[in-house]
Amino acid sequence: MTSTDVKSAVRADSGLLDVRGVQKTYYGSGRTVEAVRDLTFSVGTGELACIVGPSGAGKTTLLKCIAGLLPPTGGEVRLGGARVQGPPPGMAVVFQEYGRSLFPWMTVADNIALPLKQKRTPKPRRAALVAEALESVGLRDVPHAYPWQLSGGMQQRVAIARAIAYEPDVLLMDEPFAAVDAQTRAELEDLTRSLWRNLGMTVLFVTHDIDEAVYLGQRVLVLSGSPTVVMEDVAVDLPAEREQLSTRALPRFAELRAHVYEQVQRAKTFHTAPAAGASA
Amino acid sequence: MTLQPRRAGPPPAPHPRSRTRTGALPEPLLGLLGLVLLAGVLEVLPRTGVVSADYLPPFSEIADALVGVAGEESFWQALLDTAEGWGYGLAIAVGVGTGLGLLIGSVEVLRRATASTIEFLRPIPSVALVPLAVLVYGTGLESTLLLVVYAAVWPVLLQMLAGVRDVDPVARDTAASYRFTRWARLRHVTWPTALPYLMTGVRLSASVALILAISSQLIIGSPGIGKEIALAQSSNAVEEMYALVIVTGALGVCVNVAARALERRVLAWHTSVRTEAVT
Ligand SMILES: Nc1ncnc2c1ncn2[C@@H]1O[C@H](COP(=O)(O)OP(=O)(O)OP(=O)(O)O)[C@@H](O)[C@H]1O
Ligand SMILES: [Mg+2]
Repeated sequence: MTSTDVKSAVRADSGLLDVRGVQKTYYGSGRTVEAVRDLTFSVGTGELACIVGPSGAGKTTLLKCIAGLLPPTGGEVRLGGARVQGPPPGMAVVFQEYGRSLFPWMTVADNIALPLKQKRTPKPRRAALVAEALESVGLRDVPHAYPWQLSGGMQQRVAIARAIAYEPDVLLMDEPFAAVDAQTRAELEDLTRSLWRNLGMTVLFVTHDIDEAVYLGQRVLVLSGSPTVVMEDVAVDLPAEREQLSTRALPRFAELRAHVYEQVQRAKTFHTAPAAGASA
Repeated sequence: MTLQPRRAGPPPAPHPRSRTRTGALPEPLLGLLGLVLLAGVLEVLPRTGVVSADYLPPFSEIADALVGVAGEESFWQALLDTAEGWGYGLAIAVGVGTGLGLLIGSVEVLRRATASTIEFLRPIPSVALVPLAVLVYGTGLESTLLLVVYAAVWPVLLQMLAGVRDVDPVARDTAASYRFTRWARLRHVTWPTALPYLMTGVRLSASVALILAISSQLIIGSPGIGKEIALAQSSNAVEEMYALVIVTGALGVCVNVAARALERRVLAWHTSVRTEAVT
């Protein structure tokens, strides 16, 4: 990792994750919803991109298409050059409904270990990964508890621990810090960044929180309101070494935040394509 | 950061039964009192001539007959036969119902193709199959089994179908995104989701199986308590007949208690989920 972030928008490589003209319409009984109209962007290998957009913009829908859980109605998602047609190997997803994504009939440790077992990780390594992941989300003491014995924020951290224990190449996170207090949230943000820098994985991070998006990301993708397109791709040219207080105190941080904020405000009423170029 | 789980250790025992003021007596004692009262009424009614003692002997005489019956070897053989018909029948019904339920429930095409057939077959009362059973199996254990299995398979099958459909979409997505194998999905997601439904099905089936076991013995005359009741009736041993009826009642209670105990054991995590979940 270099000390300053690469301006990923001009990055030459083909990009590990390639979203091309993805469109998704839900056909319900009597109700059809065009959740996503036309999304095109790519996220390079080892890049950390944040996605912000109004509620109902289709962020979860997009993530599910990328994860191979939903077939797009139009366009395609490519991962490492291959078209995504089902859940690809080496990808972990932290779902927005973290509580329901944990299995209540298993202990916390078993919840984290099961995906590893599916990956045929040897038992001793599995145990080490589980312990390590729990340690890093600050839940060293709960491996034998059941998920429903934990608070909402703790459950959310278990879901995150499960994803990082999996050692994915691509990590998709859907508003993963929504249920934790400010202090824990700050810790988890730093954890995400350090894991990302240490493991070199590609991270796609959906959030409502503009501060969080700017603090975490190398890029912030601003989605328009439904029907959804990418409204702007903001490069975050902050130093790679980020720290909760000093980074957030930088004038550049304030500028970027204000810029993204304006874009998100605009997004709520936005319906036609091109926006002003990325911030300079 | 050290965080304690809100509650460590095994899931909590279910809440103690509402021990509100129904007098100072705890519930089991109150239940016993009710039974004693019933026995008293059964004693008084024939003795005062409200009901003819020919049809309803005083309770004390029934109790005497019960002691007498319990001393006979044939009674214990009959009890064993009944337990056998019930147990084997229930086991087959649970096995078949669970297997079919998992299979039909997980394959959408099968589910839709069989829905109307199930709706048609289910309401057929098992006793309507008595002639068939006799024709095919005569009056042995197999006849009882046929009737018991036919009646007891439905609750299990229907509960299982409902359970398999109840898998949480987020849990399903989670399993899919971590690339669980087909077997792992069945074992770790579908099965635990359906288990509470299955347990309800087993509890219902256990009672139904007992009813059918005894009915078939009564009607067909296959060996068991039912047959003993019919024999007692035809030989005009009224006290004995009532004694045997009481035995069937006691069997029913045992079956229910056992089924509930099993349910509690298997679903320790589940009952707690219902009462403790933070969502
Ligand atoms: N399974 C579904 N069937 C029909 N419509 C759906 C379904 N899932 C989502 N939608 C619709 O698609 C649109 C986008 O939903 P989505 O969940 O992707 O939004 P989101 O950006 O994640 O919102 P939030 O920030 O509130 O989580 C919404 O209008 C929603 O009603
Ligand atoms: Mg969402």
